[in-house]
Amino acid sequence: FLSLSLQAKMSRPVQAQRLEGIDKNIWVEFVKLAATYSTVNLGQGFPDFPPPDFLKETFMRALSGENHMLHQYTRAFGHPPLVKILAQFFGKLLGRDLDPMTNVMVTVGAYQALFCCFQAFVDEGNEVIIIEPFFDCYEPMVKMAGGTPVFVPLRPKPPKDGKLASSADWQLDPAELASKFSERTKAIVLNSPNNPLGKVFSRGELELIADLCVKHDILCISDEVYEWLVYDGKEHIRIASLQGMWDRTVIIGSAGKTFSATGWKVGWTVGPNRLLQHLRTVHQNSVYHCATVAQEAVAQGFQRELELYGKPESYFVQLPKELQQKRDWLVQSLDAVGMKPIVPEGTYFLVADISEFKSDVPDVPDSDEPYDSRFAKWMIKNKGLAAIPLSAFYCGAHKNNYNHFIRFCFAKEEATLKAANNILQKWKREKTSP
Amino acid sequence: MLFASRSFCCLGIRTYQLRTDLLSRSIKLSASATMAFRHKNTRRIEGLDSNVWVEFTKVAADPSIVNLGQGLPDICPPRYVKEELAKAAAVDRLNQYTRGFGHPSLVKALSQVYERVCGRKIDPLTDILVTVGAYGSLFSTIQALIEEGDEVIIIEPFYDCYEPMVKMAGAKPVFIPLRYKNDGNSASSADWVLDPAELAKKFNSKTKAIILNTPHNPIGKVFTREELQVIADLCIKHDSLCISDEVYEWLVYKGNKHIKIATLPGMWERTITIGSAGKTYSVTGWKLGWSIGPQNLIKHLQVVHQNTLYTCPTPLQEALAQAFWIDYKRMDDPDCYFYSLSRELESKRDRMAQLLQEAGLKPVIPDGGYFMIVDVSTLNVDLSDVDEKQPYDYKFVKWMITSKKLSAIPLSAFCGPETKRQFEKYIRFCFIKKNSTLDAAEVILKNWNKQTA
Repeated sequence: FLSLSLQAKMSRPVQAQRLEGIDKNIWVEFVKLAATYSTVNLGQGFPDFPPPDFLKETFMRALSGENHMLHQYTRAFGHPPLVKILAQFFGKLLGRDLDPMTNVMVTVGAYQALFCCFQAFVDEGNEVIIIEPFFDCYEPMVKMAGGTPVFVPLRPKPPKDGKLASSADWQLDPAELASKFSERTKAIVLNSPNNPLGKVFSRGELELIADLCVKHDILCISDEVYEWLVYDGKEHIRIASLQGMWDRTVIIGSAGKTFSATGWKVGWTVGPNRLLQHLRTVHQNSVYHCATVAQEAVAQGFQRELELYGKPESYFVQLPKELQQKRDWLVQSLDAVGMKPIVPEGTYFLVADISEFKSDVPDVPDSDEPYDSRFAKWMIKNKGLAAIPLSAFYCGAHKNNYNHFIRFCFAKEEATLKAANNILQKWKREKTSP
Repeated sequence: MLFASRSFCCLGIRTYQLRTDLLSRSIKLSASATMAFRHKNTRRIEGLDSNVWVEFTKVAADPSIVNLGQGLPDICPPRYVKEELAKAAAVDRLNQYTRGFGHPSLVKALSQVYERVCGRKIDPLTDILVTVGAYGSLFSTIQALIEEGDEVIIIEPFYDCYEPMVKMAGAKPVFIPLRYKNDGNSASSADWVLDPAELAKKFNSKTKAIILNTPHNPIGKVFTREELQVIADLCIKHDSLCISDEVYEWLVYKGNKHIKIATLPGMWERTITIGSAGKTYSVTGWKLGWSIGPQNLIKHLQVVHQNTLYTCPTPLQEALAQAFWIDYKRMDDPDCYFYSLSRELESKRDRMAQLLQEAGLKPVIPDGGYFMIVDVSTLNVDLSDVDEKQPYDYKFVKWMITSKKLSAIPLSAFCGPETKRQFEKYIRFCFIKKNSTLDAAEVILKNWNKQTA
């Protein structure tokens, strides 16, 4: 015999309500598919080339050294050598004096930095503006914090005659953006350079956003993990350096993207103590410490880069140069077969319009699944080429707005990109042959 | 406000200008009034900003201080563990993302080790989650399964993060203290027990979970099968979950056995068992831990994980997997690190106890773990002139750090508000320290009484 209260308890779901609607995850599905079927994986965003030699050497030196305390806890808010160099480096970039103890906090990847921001600042009833297309975790993180995501899309302007589409063509409508702000708005998430489009927001675009942040007195969570990956001489502008923005912005960075070592999971936040103190509270009540040895290696990596800043041997100069070349190869490959690339100004992602290949994957009118998702899955299984559907980067209600695009990652060895080209060429030949 | 300015468009330009000026000024005024609101922290972290470690690790960072405070080994991890990390980092693809819920070779190794220990099949993909330290497992578990309206029973003294984590999840911590049963002179961690009737009263229809920590930090208690059965019975009766923090599972001393509450009848389906690489292999800086349990619970922890940090570092997980294989293969061999470490620590425990006893103190000899608590009230150090409104043990430790150059952790940091008075005469020492550290502590303790002149 069970008491009524016990019966009631047993009939409730065991999990907390904060998990509602955030259990699905595109990566779990697509990573599995890529692992099973793909011969060329341009899907998930990570390099298939190694981190730079100097970084690997640093890691090895740290391990073989006398200091076995590198295997024990370090300072919870960031290993002192790392926060010191980050404060120096970003202080220089922002033209500010940064205190390593209060203006910098190290996290388990930029992912955990985002989590800390939402947990620290988003309460039930708060709205957070998210620009579409967006790195998919923003939406579930806002929801998990009890907030309401409010979406505003980048809209493509048609490219000039004869020119290839550019990520710069995708723009916010200023009036539309302004209309998204309300008295419930707590923050806006900015991601520049933007994943998946590769857009590098211009000064004018950032000023537009900044003006609204200041006017409505909201916070800006600025995800700048691809800050070094900008092409064609473009400049990555940090919104925190704009008038009125330092005090209300948390800047997020990533060693994984900076040093091509995504598996190290070292990220950071930079901002005013007023905001970072709350990130520290979340951090000390969730993971507390980050792994020591990776932080030590990243610190030394940054030390080297500080010394070589702006010089041709700097990794921050060489990496974007290499990636630009890879971008151009992929653009060429796609353009040659009729997939229309949107040339990215930054990041190592490229989105292409697959409309000309639609005949391969017939439309299913009443399908729940967005077209591009079905297309991408078909392509992985039948062509062995893995990419991610653009709809993955839109909220549920907007998944069918831009459903004929897929995202490729080009942070890959030349051999991988050549293999991708072969698949595409063969595919094209099969389509055109009688 | 946009509507307002549009409707004023019909009026003369001068009037329009005046209105928009007024509008923008009022926006500025209301903005500054709400500025404090806008940038304010969320309710969930209100009051959770202070932290005993932030306070005491800073103080003890001075290298001239003999640090027996934070639970941090200053002994070397086993050589092969470090070697495996070097090997892993040399493999290019191991420097990139791995599987979110746990690197395949690691979850496989964990499932093998724990299948053997638990005597049941454990699916590496669905029954295990790898997290950033056991700390991350506690967080994932609590965020996944605990919410507003729930009560969570916490046994005092407790590892300090349990309370703020429960609060951050919006739930209510319900405390129950371990009580010292006065049995004469023997002071062993086994003398600290829960009162079964008192415990039963703490359970009600709101009790979502109880947090169990065995071997226990800070007392070092290793819960017996009978004691676990009392807890298990109540969990089953009230359909509550058990969050079992077993990070010190291998550190049990002669005459004691670590028993997993998840292996008791009716408990596997309602228990999350948490383990730690840091404590298992003396590599606290690797920050790798794991949660093991039934799929229908672990899947919710995995959802939290995929929305908090997604994946843990790859080379560390690979190295840990290899280390586990090495020790898994010799689990019948006394040289297995799981057993050799506890033997090494037992002699350090005994030495620590002797040093404290020779200084006139009465340490509580732990049956497990690497901490030892001691009642310092017998030293009669008068700190009534110290102004701060802190419990006696906080003042004592700060005084001891400055005047004796020896650090420890005050026990009231591990208590709820009602029990602080009960435990404020105790401090906690960590003894997973190399011989030279213990030698330095010995010198201080031997000279203790001499210096008070």
